[in-house]
This record gives sequence, C-alpha cells and structure tokens, in this order.
Amino acid sequence: MSNEKLQTLAERAQAEFKEAILETKFAFGELTLTVSRERIVEILSKLKQEPYRFHQLIDLCGADYPKRAERFDVVYHLLSLNHNVRLRVKVTTDEIVPVPSVRSVYPNADWYEREAFDMYGMLFSGHPDLRRLLTDYGFSGYPLRKDFPMTGHVEVRYDEEQKRVVYEPVKLTQEYRKFDFLSPWEGASYVLPGDDKAKP
Amino acid sequence: MADDVTSQVGHKGEDDRKFTINFGPQHPAAHGVLRLVLDLDGEIVERVDPHIGLLHRGTEKLMESRTYLQNIPYFDRLDYVAPMNQEHAFCLAIEKLLGLDVPKRAQYIRVIFSEIGRILSHLLNVTTQAMDVGALTPPLWGFEEREKLMVFYERACGARLHANYFRPGGVHQDLPPELIEDIIAWCKYFPKPLADIETLVTENRIFKQRNVDIGVVSKEQAFDWGFTGVLIRGSNVAWDLRKSQPYECYAELEFDIVLGKNGDCWDRYLCRIEEMKQSVKIMLQCLDKLKQTPGEVLSRDHKVTPPRRAEMKNSMEALIHHFKLYTEGFKTPEGEVYAAVEAPKGEFGVYLVSDGTNKPYRCKIRAPGFPHLQAMDWLNRGHLLADVSAILGSLDIVFGEIDR
Repeated sequence: MSNEKLQTLAERAQAEFKEAILETKFAFGELTLTVSRERIVEILSKLKQEPYRFHQLIDLCGADYPKRAERFDVVYHLLSLNHNVRLRVKVTTDEIVPVPSVRSVYPNADWYEREAFDMYGMLFSGHPDLRRLLTDYGFSGYPLRKDFPMTGHVEVRYDEEQKRVVYEPVKLTQEYRKFDFLSPWEGASYVLPGDDKAKP
Repeated sequence: MADDVTSQVGHKGEDDRKFTINFGPQHPAAHGVLRLVLDLDGEIVERVDPHIGLLHRGTEKLMESRTYLQNIPYFDRLDYVAPMNQEHAFCLAIEKLLGLDVPKRAQYIRVIFSEIGRILSHLLNVTTQAMDVGALTPPLWGFEEREKLMVFYERACGARLHANYFRPGGVHQDLPPELIEDIIAWCKYFPKPLADIETLVTENRIFKQRNVDIGVVSKEQAFDWGFTGVLIRGSNVAWDLRKSQPYECYAELEFDIVLGKNGDCWDRYLCRIEEMKQSVKIMLQCLDKLKQTPGEVLSRDHKVTPPRRAEMKNSMEALIHHFKLYTEGFKTPEGEVYAAVEAPKGEFGVYLVSDGTNKPYRCKIRAPGFPHLQAMDWLNRGHLLADVSAILGSLDIVFGEIDR
C-alpha cells in the first residue's frame, strides 16, 4: 500500500469530516483515524460509498487502556477492494457510554460487536441482540479487561458424587510465575534532582 | 448447559410443524464444537442461531502475559489444520513492527509450508464436505495424502501438527536436502490422487444434487458480510491477498486466482480443488528456487533471533544475546500494526498493539471463519434441514480459530 494513496485518503477524509476526525496518524505504512464517537455510523457509511469504497469491515475489536479517562478503544479495520487500501478507524469510550452500533452499515459488525461487548463490556447502542458470544453460559466479568486476572475467577471440574460439572473458585497449587524480565538498565529513567538538562 | 437444552427443545405454541432443535455441540457434521439452535417449520429452516465459544481458550488474554516468542505456539492451535499459515501472520506483524528483513531462503521455505498448509486444509475440507453429504471414501483417500504432508511438517520442525517453526526474521531451522527432494517428488505425484478424489466426488450425482445451487452467496453479500478467501472468490470476486497485497515472495511466483461463478457450495468445492493444484505449482517453483538459493534461514539481527550455538562457545556477545533473548525476549517499538495473510480459509489477520515491552499489549486475531459462520443464519433460511450440514461443510469452519 503506497503512502501517497493513504495521504490522499487522509486529506480527503479530513476535508469531508473536518472536526469529526480527532486524530490522523501514519505509522508502519498504515493510516489510523480517530474519530468522534457520535458520528461513527455516519462516517463509516460515507466511507463505504464512493469515492472511498471501503466495502468490507474486516475486523472490529476492542482494546483497553485503563490509565486513560475513556479507557476503551473500538477499532474498525476497513478494506477497500477497489483501491486496495486498508484503513483503521478508532473511537474511544468507557464502561457506561455506548458506541453507536455500525451493524446497519456493515452487517457483519453484529458478531464483532457482540464479541467486543463480551470481552470488554463496552456497550453498543442500537445493536439488536447484544448477548455474550464467546464466554460460557452464565459467565460474569469481562475477560480481556486489563484488571481481569489471566487465570480467571472460576474453574470447572466433573464431580463424581453429584454426577455433573461444578464451578469452583480457581485454586492454583502454584502462583502463575510472571517474571519481570524488563531490564532496569534500559527502561528506567533516573531523574537527578536539579538536573536542568534532563529531558521532560 | 444441560438445563438449557431441555428448555429449548420442544413445541412452540399450538402449531406442531414449528419446532426448535439443537444441532451439536456433539454432532459429527458440526466440524467441531458448534451448537446451532435451529428454528424449523417442518423441514424448512427459519432461523439459525449459532452458539459458539465452546472451544474458547482465551488465547488473546494469554498472549498478553507472554513474550512474543512464547506466543508463536498459540497460533498453531488456532486453525489446527493449517498451523503454519497462522504463525506466518503473527511473524509478519512482528516483522512489520521491528522493520525486520527475512532472508530469501527463509521466504521460500515459509511459502512452501504455507502452501502445504493450504493443501492440508483444503484436502480436509473438500473430503469432509463430501462426507457431510454422505460419501465415506473421499476422507479416507484425502487423509492418506494429509498424513504424508504432516510427515513433511515433522521432518522440518519435529511435530506433525503444532509446528512452532516460523520465527520473526525467518524460520527456526533449515530444511535437510533430502526433504526438499521428497517434497518435489510428492508435488509431482500428488495430481494423481487428487484426480482420483475428483473422480469420486466432482461429478458425482448425489454430491451435485446436494451442493449445486445450495447456499448461494452473491457478490454484495460477500462484501457486506466480510467474506474473504474461497467464500469471496467462489462468488466471482478476484481477490487474493497473495496477488493483491503480495507479502513474502509471492510477487515473483506465477499462479492463478481461482474463481467460482455462482457462489454456491459446489463452486466453493471446485475452487478449493483448483487452489490445491495452484498450490502445488507454487511449491514446485519455490522448491526450485530454494535449491538455487543457499544461505541463512534466520535474520542475523541477534537482538531478535538467537545466535548459532557454535558462536556462543567463543563469543561473549552471542552468549549475552542468547541469555537476553530467552529470558527477557525481544522488545518491539511502541505502535500498532495489522498484518494479514491469505490463509486457506480466507484473510487471517493479526492486529498487534505494542507498548514497547517484550509482550504484546493487545493482540486481536482476525479469524476468517468468524464472519463466515456468522452468515449461517441468512445462508440457511429457506433451505432444508439436510442442507445445513452441506452449507456448513462448504464454509470450511474450524473452531480453533473462531473461538480462539
């Protein structure tokens, strides 16, 4: 994918959507547009039409950045077969504010939004059937959130006496060994008091 | 779960023609653990509600607490009938982040094994598709060839299924010369058993009756529902990432994109058969070039790839590299990338977010089967109950990648 193509695409989108585009970013030969959450449906439906022709929603997923004020990202990956271009569109949200569902624009957003809801608990307004998708029946919690433990909360086993599968809190004979290998020499920044040459 | 089943099955209201049944999760034609809740009117399917996630292992969550190198084996366990194709996408994503170059010889090896993966997957799919509509012999014949291919996997990396062979910057080890000769010999022999399978299936009356004009996907539907791979090519859209967005060395190889005409189950079957022939063509070209390209199979950037064992004996730097690589692992620059390959089932993509540490901050796996299975609802409406398994077979579903 040539950079000029992405450049013209970014300029065109900037001219059309103006203040709805919050950030335009080029990195690793890819274009990312962060757009306003309220206008996502309008923007995607225009991107689907001429002249952009992003006919396919390749992927939709969530991402969690707990340190931010609006902790979640919803990431849309679009593909234009005619122009052979990929585009990443992002909106931000938190646990309460719903993101307008784009199911009306791209029907396959249905399951993708269900998955994002299942994994992160972000809400999609206007989604006809926002059920959990991948996790177990009766599951509680949102597993891909950064504050959800990797080992989970419950484990299952077959109980010989009750003749059925029972759920129990996770018991680990040994704690998961999460070594902190990150080198203190390369990563740490030691701020010397009164060092005015230090980079902010 | 058991209570759930009993409450769903049973009559709905007064009309005894309408009922709801469970298809799976333990059904041989469900291709894994798929539970379909089917609303039927007599034998006509009115609504399909696929319940997935019975094989959900939380791969994406697990990956966030392991280093990049430790994460490669997880990709084998996604689409387990074509393991190396998945590893390929992950390695490409890491290489894109690091700006790492792959030696030519490694590129050929990667392409050879990606194509072997494609044949493995297509062989399994076309033959089990035949089994879904009643034929028992094709899978037996197909599995014989798959077994030979899995021996090639084993001889390259030591494992029949979960290869863990691709590495960021190349492949783990070079191929022994005898293996190259054996793969060439197999490529020359394979058209014959493939033709045999075709005589059994392609023009078979029952197979055609069950597949022609069943599960038709139009071009617009293929676009709208995010179809890729055989599902979109079967609907006469010439889109193949190997051609349109060439990665690795696909740009210098000669092959054709196989297209279907009507977008029905039979066309998809024919596409897969033809694609296997194209894969053999690609493999032969690569094997030929491989013999003429000696050299490294792993990048020499030892911040990412391990040094040679011999080097470690007398080079302090190599020893440090080795120690750092297998404890801390390598770090990737901050940023996000999306890398995709044309896996046998369609576009397999990896969306990787890095925060500059040795572990991925977020890794979303875009499985091609996921949007395909989602289409089960509208694809099956108005079809007979018996067509459900034919359509499901032609979608090429593997639960490892859908449930992740």
